[in-house]
Amino acid sequence: MPLLDVRDLTVEFPTRRGLLRALDRVSFGIDAGEVLGVVGESGAGKSLTGAAIVGLLERPGRIAGGEIRLEGQRIDNLAPEPLRRIRGRRIGMIFQDPLTTLNPLYTIGRQLVETMQTHARLTDAEARRMAIGWLDRVGIPAAAQRIDAYPHEFSGGQRQRVVIALALCAEPALVIADEPTTALDVSIQAQIITLLKGLTRDHGTAVMLITHDMGVIAETADRVAVMYAGRVAEIGPVAAVIRHPAHPYTDGLMASIPSLEHRVNRLRQIDGAMPRLDAFPAGCRFHPRCPRVFGRCTEDPPELIPAGPTQAACWLHADG
Amino acid sequence: MFGVIGSRILQAIPVLLVVGIIAFALFAYVGDPLASMLGQDYTEAQRAALIKQLGLDQPFFVQYGHFLWLALHGNFGNSYRLAQPVSSLIAERLPATLELAITASVLALVIGVPMGVYTGIHRNTPLSRLFMMLSLVGVSLPTFLLGILLILLFSVWLGWLPSFGRGPVVHLGGWWTTGFTSWTGLKSLILPSITLGLFQMTLIMRLVRAEMLEVLRTDYIKFARARGLTSRSIHFGHALKNTLVPVITIIGLQFGGIVGFSLVTETVFQWPGLGLLLVQSVAVADVPVMSAYLMLIALVFLLINLIVDLLYHAVDPRLRIGR
Amino acid sequence: MLARAWNSDIAYSFRTSPVALISAGIALILILAAVLAPLIAPHDPMDVASLSLMDSFKPPIFLPDADWSNPLGTDNQGRDVLSAIMYGMRISLLVGFLSVLLAIVVGIAFGLLAGYAGGVVDTLLMRIADVQLTFPSILTALLVDGVISAALPRTMREALQIYVIIFAIGIALWPNFARTVRGSTLVERNKDYVMAARVIGVPSWRIMLSHVLPNVIGPVMVIGTLGLGLAIIAEATLSFLGVGLPSTEPSLGTLIRFGNDFLFSGQWWVSVFPGITLILMVLAINLLGDWLRDALNPRLR
Repeated sequence: MPLLDVRDLTVEFPTRRGLLRALDRVSFGIDAGEVLGVVGESGAGKSLTGAAIVGLLERPGRIAGGEIRLEGQRIDNLAPEPLRRIRGRRIGMIFQDPLTTLNPLYTIGRQLVETMQTHARLTDAEARRMAIGWLDRVGIPAAAQRIDAYPHEFSGGQRQRVVIALALCAEPALVIADEPTTALDVSIQAQIITLLKGLTRDHGTAVMLITHDMGVIAETADRVAVMYAGRVAEIGPVAAVIRHPAHPYTDGLMASIPSLEHRVNRLRQIDGAMPRLDAFPAGCRFHPRCPRVFGRCTEDPPELIPAGPTQAACWLHADG
Repeated sequence: MFGVIGSRILQAIPVLLVVGIIAFALFAYVGDPLASMLGQDYTEAQRAALIKQLGLDQPFFVQYGHFLWLALHGNFGNSYRLAQPVSSLIAERLPATLELAITASVLALVIGVPMGVYTGIHRNTPLSRLFMMLSLVGVSLPTFLLGILLILLFSVWLGWLPSFGRGPVVHLGGWWTTGFTSWTGLKSLILPSITLGLFQMTLIMRLVRAEMLEVLRTDYIKFARARGLTSRSIHFGHALKNTLVPVITIIGLQFGGIVGFSLVTETVFQWPGLGLLLVQSVAVADVPVMSAYLMLIALVFLLINLIVDLLYHAVDPRLRIGR
Repeated sequence: MLARAWNSDIAYSFRTSPVALISAGIALILILAAVLAPLIAPHDPMDVASLSLMDSFKPPIFLPDADWSNPLGTDNQGRDVLSAIMYGMRISLLVGFLSVLLAIVVGIAFGLLAGYAGGVVDTLLMRIADVQLTFPSILTALLVDGVISAALPRTMREALQIYVIIFAIGIALWPNFARTVRGSTLVERNKDYVMAARVIGVPSWRIMLSHVLPNVIGPVMVIGTLGLGLAIIAEATLSFLGVGLPSTEPSLGTLIRFGNDFLFSGQWWVSVFPGITLILMVLAINLLGDWLRDALNPRLR
């Protein structure tokens, strides 16, 4: 049984222009200890998926359909209090901008201790010791002294390390990392990713790694889900998706990444743009931009169909 | 920390000097000190003698220096209207205004802050909407009108509370007079302090609410939720603290508003304080009182600014690290 | 284009907000009553000849001894309260509008200058604004009023009083606008389109007027409506205190002051009705201002 099982997740936003469907029957699973990358353009719905899983959708968004199961139990229909107990303790979350994610008025030690004591019975001394341990593990030098420092006394990269510590300190089974390196310098990005990889491997924590950076996915993930316009376009093992993409969109994505080996005069791109939430085309949402579109694409929206080592939502693979 | 105090004081000095010049200019040019002192009939010689005696023939800056010197010693001359030293008038009235202002401020804080927090956290409950509507009325109600309506209701129609004056007061320590110690004194204090405090209360409530809403939208609150912290620690631990920091400074500055609006309240309730004194003085262009008031107010505000700055430094850790 | 304005977010927000509609309605009624007062007021309260002491102190319509010719009662000299209110509103609104206008013009000018020029000019202007802001606006208005009145020769005082008041309140309110405008100007100044204009060589004043100003109008309008409310209250307060408009042109504040003397003898209507009108007017304006602020704030959607 997968650790996290998302089935037909649908998220809607009621607006005065009508009901906007931001996620449409999104399905995927994450096994214990596995790293699933979720990749896609801005606005494809990656962050929304993460937010929906922990029940942190911003108003007026709401889950309009589907199920989310954690270790077999449904969590999408929980009352606020049981849901709160899951957050942090069983599912942790890492956000994008380390400069705004930490409360500037509290020391990082206080924030760590508070989080741990919310989820486990610990005395102040025990919690403090564990907090120092965590700071050590995420690579903050002189942890025992820095524990009483304020967030603004750390650099961006260090703050993100603290954020990782905070997300992991209650020892969740799954951590959702929403663009954890996007706001960081390139040189720091690699360090943070390595840290995340190492820590989660050591603790057996599963990771849902949301990013638009294919390079990070290639390095870190076991499997990857490609999202487009609120749906999953393709999902499968990383190597397979990268080398043998089954969905034309994924194919376009991979081809548009410049390669060190071949020289090209023009970078390949996918013409057109992702459709707006209130203007989805009929049938497959990618069909207006697809180089291999045919009849059925304009009428029926495809579900995920097995296509060799991966699954793709594309009618090209309809007949096995 | 002391660097902050020092630099603030240094900044305050030019402000005080400028205000001083304005006050002095008022004193020297707008009022006509000679007229009130000479009376109806006077000879040219008498006039010339008086001018020399008062030093009015000296150059501007000498007169200004003289004025400042006297001011530093608390001597602002005599009121045109009452022929008494301005400084004793002020000393007489200061306790009345201060007691009123402090009561009103405390009232405003004690009611305004919790209301603001409540309406910030529970945005759409009926109680919130009620509070918001009341606050809107509070902002639209001119202070004097509120005073009049309160007098109408509680004094004229119900006869519960006195409608003017301070009641009998008790002298403390030789100079201060207080109304706190007698029941009549306290009763007299009720209506004026509600009148004075209501506007503040509304402002504070709306401020706290707005700030609270802002804070609840931040990333770090989102992260706190994502970590599974309880609503209680999120609202009263994290959000409240972050809300109060900017709010404290603004509240402190708003204290100035209380002192200003005391003008109106004191007039409506005939409260024998500084505000009433000023209004009476403006009506007859009693310049010595006006200029003394100006300098006094400037001093008070600079003091308040200083205290607020210090508070800010004490509360926000980001400001504590030295440059 | 009208269709586009009608369908814009702001118009939509207005159309569907009952609060905005009602307050706009109230404000409109009051303004119309004020503007058309000479035409539609049942009596002319300033016409001494038409007054008769026999009519004095008639109570409003829901009390005994009243009649419909004076639905809100009369004062101690037989003046009709309703008409006095309508005329009074004219003055109150006029003074309010003009003083806010003054404050806006001065505030925009200084704000643009400070924000765009930066450096010493900015620091100086903002220091002045800050110092002035630490004093409550009533106090500033009162002092400015007092000083100028004292400086004017006695004969001219009454005739110029209304201008003095407008000036005093305008001076008291300009820093609010200046700070907002300066803030927005600072934000806009660093944006690429301004830098581009400067590179092309467009003169500074042009940039300020045609590029920065339109982007700054939004917050100004919000503060303007709230400022209007403040200005009206300020004028009423000054008049109530006796240092405002002369009694020959009574505003709502002056009327309240007149009536204050009769509170204890039971003729409360002379003060209370002008007071209620004042509250309604300012409330309507504040509601509109609040709605406007929410409508213009992109983050609250």
